[in-house]
Amino acid sequence: MTLPRHDPPWVFRTYSGHTSARASNELYRLNLAKGQTGLSVAFDLPTQTGYDSDHPLARGEVGKVGVPICHIEDMQALFEGIPLDRMNTSMTINATAAWLLALYIAAAERQGADPKTLSGTTQNDIIKEYLSRGTYAFPPEPSLRLISDTIAYSVDALPKWNPINICSYHLQEAGATPVQEIAYAMANAIAVLDAVRARPDVPSEALPRVVGRISFFLNAGIRFVEELCKCRAMAELWDEITRERYGVEDATLRRFRYGVQVNSLGLTESQPENNIIRIVLEALGVTLSRDARCRALQLPAWNEALGLPRPWDQQWSLRIQQVLAYETDLLEYGDLFNGSPVVAAKVAELKSAAREEMERVLAMGGAVAAVENAYMKRRLVESQTARLRAIEHGELKVVGLNCFTETAPSALVEGAHSILRIDEFAERDQIEHLRAFRARRNDADVQAALTSLRDALASGQNVMPPSIRAAHAGATTGEWAGVFRSLYGEYRAPTGVAVSVAPAADEALTGLRQEMRRLGEVLGRPPKMLVGKPGLDGHSNGAEQIAVRARDVGMEVVYEGIRLTPEEIVSSARDEGVHVIGLSILSGSHGVLVVDVLDGLRKAGLERIPVVVGGIIPEDDAAKLREAGVARVYTPKDFNLNTIFGEIAQLVAESAAG
Amino acid sequence: MRRDRDAVPEALNLLDDRRPGQREAALALLDALERGASASPAGAAGAPRIGLTGAPGAGKSTLLDALVRALRDRNETVGIVAVDPSSRISGGALLGDRARVRAGAGDRGVFLRSMAARERLGGLADASWPSVAVLAAVFDRVFVETVGVGQSEAEVAGLVDTLVFVAQPGAGDVLQFMKAGILEHPDVFAVNKSDLGAVAERTASELQAALAMSARDATGWQRPVLLVSARDGRGVGELVAVLDSHRAHLVASGALAERRKRARSSFVLDALERRYGSFGIERLGGREAVRARLLAEPEGGGNAFGLGLAREIEAALGKSR
Repeated sequence: MTLPRHDPPWVFRTYSGHTSARASNELYRLNLAKGQTGLSVAFDLPTQTGYDSDHPLARGEVGKVGVPICHIEDMQALFEGIPLDRMNTSMTINATAAWLLALYIAAAERQGADPKTLSGTTQNDIIKEYLSRGTYAFPPEPSLRLISDTIAYSVDALPKWNPINICSYHLQEAGATPVQEIAYAMANAIAVLDAVRARPDVPSEALPRVVGRISFFLNAGIRFVEELCKCRAMAELWDEITRERYGVEDATLRRFRYGVQVNSLGLTESQPENNIIRIVLEALGVTLSRDARCRALQLPAWNEALGLPRPWDQQWSLRIQQVLAYETDLLEYGDLFNGSPVVAAKVAELKSAAREEMERVLAMGGAVAAVENAYMKRRLVESQTARLRAIEHGELKVVGLNCFTETAPSALVEGAHSILRIDEFAERDQIEHLRAFRARRNDADVQAALTSLRDALASGQNVMPPSIRAAHAGATTGEWAGVFRSLYGEYRAPTGVAVSVAPAADEALTGLRQEMRRLGEVLGRPPKMLVGKPGLDGHSNGAEQIAVRARDVGMEVVYEGIRLTPEEIVSSARDEGVHVIGLSILSGSHGVLVVDVLDGLRKAGLERIPVVVGGIIPEDDAAKLREAGVARVYTPKDFNLNTIFGEIAQLVAESAAG
Repeated sequence: MRRDRDAVPEALNLLDDRRPGQREAALALLDALERGASASPAGAAGAPRIGLTGAPGAGKSTLLDALVRALRDRNETVGIVAVDPSSRISGGALLGDRARVRAGAGDRGVFLRSMAARERLGGLADASWPSVAVLAAVFDRVFVETVGVGQSEAEVAGLVDTLVFVAQPGAGDVLQFMKAGILEHPDVFAVNKSDLGAVAERTASELQAALAMSARDATGWQRPVLLVSARDGRGVGELVAVLDSHRAHLVASGALAERRKRARSSFVLDALERRYGSFGIERLGGREAVRARLLAEPEGGGNAFGLGLAREIEAALGKSR
């Protein structure tokens, strides 16, 4: 009996990393032993934004959302016992992608591996950082230059490496509709390819190969039928764009290749066990259709909305992939949907709308222009606002959140033990190791390497070779990024909150507005609120929605954006004469940074200003924050913003009376 | 009068306070500032007050950010009032400048106060003039930034010493400017995004041509059109030089004192009208009559803030009951 034809499965990855290179290495080896077939490295925020672990802005952030990598020895420790010439590694790194790739190559060389055998991906997509994730460092132009340098370098030196993942994942997390996801991802890809094509060191014969190395990173939402059609639509659009705009004749080089992480935005904090179902269904959206199947899949854990997953949580998500790939017959068949009129119609509808939106962006001058004029960002804020309102009004049903909320006590959630806790000494240890490393290395070599990096930048040479040399010489992440900062300065992307969309008539809003007007009489002027994000976490969508709603209920809100130090927050609160402060943190650094803000307010004599905090904050941390003086803590389960603002109004009233 | 940066936030809070009990304290503060101004190091002229206006998207905030950096390099302290429009529906406002003008973050030499325009349509807030007065007493230079919609150029021009109009390069804009009468008020024109090259230069020449055809400035000032790139920092040094030059021109021609007096009078007139309504203003002969009386007040006179006029109105209203 012949066995049925069997496609090889996609690559199984789990996005992970925390605390230190050594701890992450242990976790990687554990997961690989369990059957994971590729790695997906999560870096901590200082590494992602180009700061060493001992930089003031790194305070509270080291090792929290990913692994800290400050220099070559950290990189070597991360892959200890993992032969890089045989591993497939995806690195979620963007502003500092060129540097981490340089470190990876240097680490491979020190293992004795030939860089030409290296397989994997650097995410390296700065446009979506400006739009949603916020871990950018430099302005758009130099960032695009860095991206095109890595692509031009990889084409010959790293033939098995995907130098970029054009991301639509984060756009969906920021509220993008499927049409927006497609349109902005394509516009982004075009911006990158146009930049590479314009390079004098990339001959036109090489362009098809360059195009062939472009891959994508998608999201898969709960509306999995539409998501399946979205992937098919993107595959068709990409084929057209690569053929028509870039003249690629070889069909294999026009193939739409993508990896996926399924949707995290829709994962609930309440009845979190339901998230497993969501994750399975979302995985189907990107695996069922063979012609539009993902190349690699990352599944979040069921408890992502509670905090960091533990090894068991990650294992459970990995098992989903393994059951799907090995127990079912999915991989034995050709495409199940070719010829379906329903799917074909939906695909055509998505393509047409996406093409229109993409043309709109191109007409403005392309994706970079649409970042600088805040167009795409505004569209995303609008979509997110609409989604939030739909949830608040019950039009968009989320089981366990706004419907079917009665629940038995969960068998899975065990309080403080349901998530991974980062060792509180991780930051201190990492800083000690970093300082010891700096003391050991040859400073002269480092300085020489940094100087040639600066020269290469100034003279327009590719930054990869001098970056690799700097990696070997012992330069640190902060020093590498420092060279770019000294030339290009710090950048702040537009916030996109100046939307003129008027809120729909709403009883709750009317009541809140009346209350705010009344408070205005009591205070002598309308209530004023400061909203900002301390630390390096750049996921500003939640803070933006709060700022927009504050305006809609009649408050005067100073939205100060991201990457604020506690000192800056205190100065702003004082100078602006605000009545309430709202802080948003999703990176787990709340314990340190919020307390710093409270201390600063006390020292400035401003302790009467109530502080509310929003983010991913486990309940016992929330209790500690309240003990320290925070008035309210809001987490993803607090989806009704009107309720939140009712409480804020009350806090302002109490503080005015007291 | 102490130049106390730490006292500024409380002073601004007081000046923005509509509660009846606070009004007297606010006026007393303004009065003290006026008297103190003549004794300040900069003399009666005090700190230069510069307005930035222009359509949304022209890059005012980015340019302001670049100006602040340039001035801080020269060791000048800077105070900023940034006004954003209020929603007519909710009464709230999104004050976004703090996120965009980052030059002052963590720097005690820079002060930024975000303000909502509230019921005013012209781009300023009721508290703008008194807030500028406070900042001018403490900082070396004061900027007012506002959104250029509708009549805001006229309003801001009435408040500041030097008005800078920030223009976006693009075809057809200059015609719009001329139609809207926007060219009358600014003292300096800055065409931003000069890194765009030819299109920026074209806008600059069109502006120059349009200015040549419009009425000359009453004080004899030649209104310059500058090319700047706020993003790259190009042209910013030249812009600062032009600002200094206009300031010197105003002082020398005696126009500065006149502008300041007119600005204060407008504020007082508006404040009186808000408090007593047009009915109250009519008791004293109407807006222009009141304005004329305010302008006729001698410097440092006791009626600089209209306290005497307020008492007259109250008496007149009392009689008519």
